[in-house]
Amino acid sequence: MIAALLGKKVGMTRVYDDKGVSIPVTVVEAGPCAVLQLRTTEKDGYHAVQMGFQDVKPHRSTKPAIGHAAKAGTGPKRFAREIRLDEPADVSLGDVLTVSLFEEGVTYVDVVGTTKGHGFSGVMARHGFGGQQATHGVERKHRSPGSIGGHADLLRGRGVKKGKKMAGHWGHDRRTQQNLRLVGIDKDRNLLLIRGSVPGPMGQVVFVRRSKTKG
Amino acid sequence: MTSAILDYVEKALLKSDPPQMRIGDTIDVHVSIIEGEKERVQIFNGVVIAMSGRGINATFTVRRIVANQGVERIFPLHSPRVIKVETRRHGKVRRAKLYYLRDRIGKARRLKERRVVSTKRSTAHGKQSDNNHKTPAASAPPESMKAVQVAGEPA
Repeated sequence: MIAALLGKKVGMTRVYDDKGVSIPVTVVEAGPCAVLQLRTTEKDGYHAVQMGFQDVKPHRSTKPAIGHAAKAGTGPKRFAREIRLDEPADVSLGDVLTVSLFEEGVTYVDVVGTTKGHGFSGVMARHGFGGQQATHGVERKHRSPGSIGGHADLLRGRGVKKGKKMAGHWGHDRRTQQNLRLVGIDKDRNLLLIRGSVPGPMGQVVFVRRSKTKG
Repeated sequence: MTSAILDYVEKALLKSDPPQMRIGDTIDVHVSIIEGEKERVQIFNGVVIAMSGRGINATFTVRRIVANQGVERIFPLHSPRVIKVETRRHGKVRRAKLYYLRDRIGKARRLKERRVVSTKRSTAHGKQSDNNHKTPAASAPPESMKAVQVAGEPA
């Protein structure tokens, strides 16, 4: 089974390594996750393991979700994700996946999460623009982006350049932070210590998997 | 922000007996320095001018004058590299942050000594205080050299 788990971002702190160097880490409470479904080439066209994280009371869940989980012999789960595999899975329905998956040979992980939402933000906050002057005759435009480009070439169908940085919704995007070093594992408390920051606010559900490109 | 889980992670790394000091104290900080393969202990002597943070993030700032140039170092209180802190003298101060010392030149940098009745030197009273802080200072070099040698051997 490839190392992958759903977890909850607990927060950041620091740890010291054996040389006394301070390492900033994010603590992720990962798993235990139950195997809810196994996808196979014959039936689904691909191999994958679907895992569920965090129990939810049946009366707060839905009948389809309860029935789906019952096939795996567990209660309904709040979150479910799939991890794609190249080969048939070596786990079976209802198995419980824990951080011990990460024990062997995993030094780097990718973390998938949803970034903090900032709502509709102006260009100064969203893109770090400088804004306009406070004085010297600037009126009601102190935080505006200024010119967004010339329009002389309209005959050739050119207006504002695609991708021009403007005000708009900021954050709450799915992002993958790649190749973060796995600093520590705590099997008793299902904790992963991951070097650096991961997307999202504290308490956010994140998906941690063995790095796709490194170690 | 606090969280029971973060506390648990940090607890294992906190020193059970963290260095004790107060703002205004003149202290010797024994810092382990790794140069390539070798590890040795260096002593940084100066005045504690600030302490900040809590838990594993607690730090203290030590200021000293080197070659007529003010030098400040910020040490994480719980860093394994901070091996030992020895208090040389206690300064009498009325601030939590002694940033005003940065603007002081020469003799104005001195802090009045705070009398401390320690259990060790309970016989010391009033006028003998001059001897009080000289005695540990005089015995310091052999002690610190020992520390250097001890740390040097395993490397």
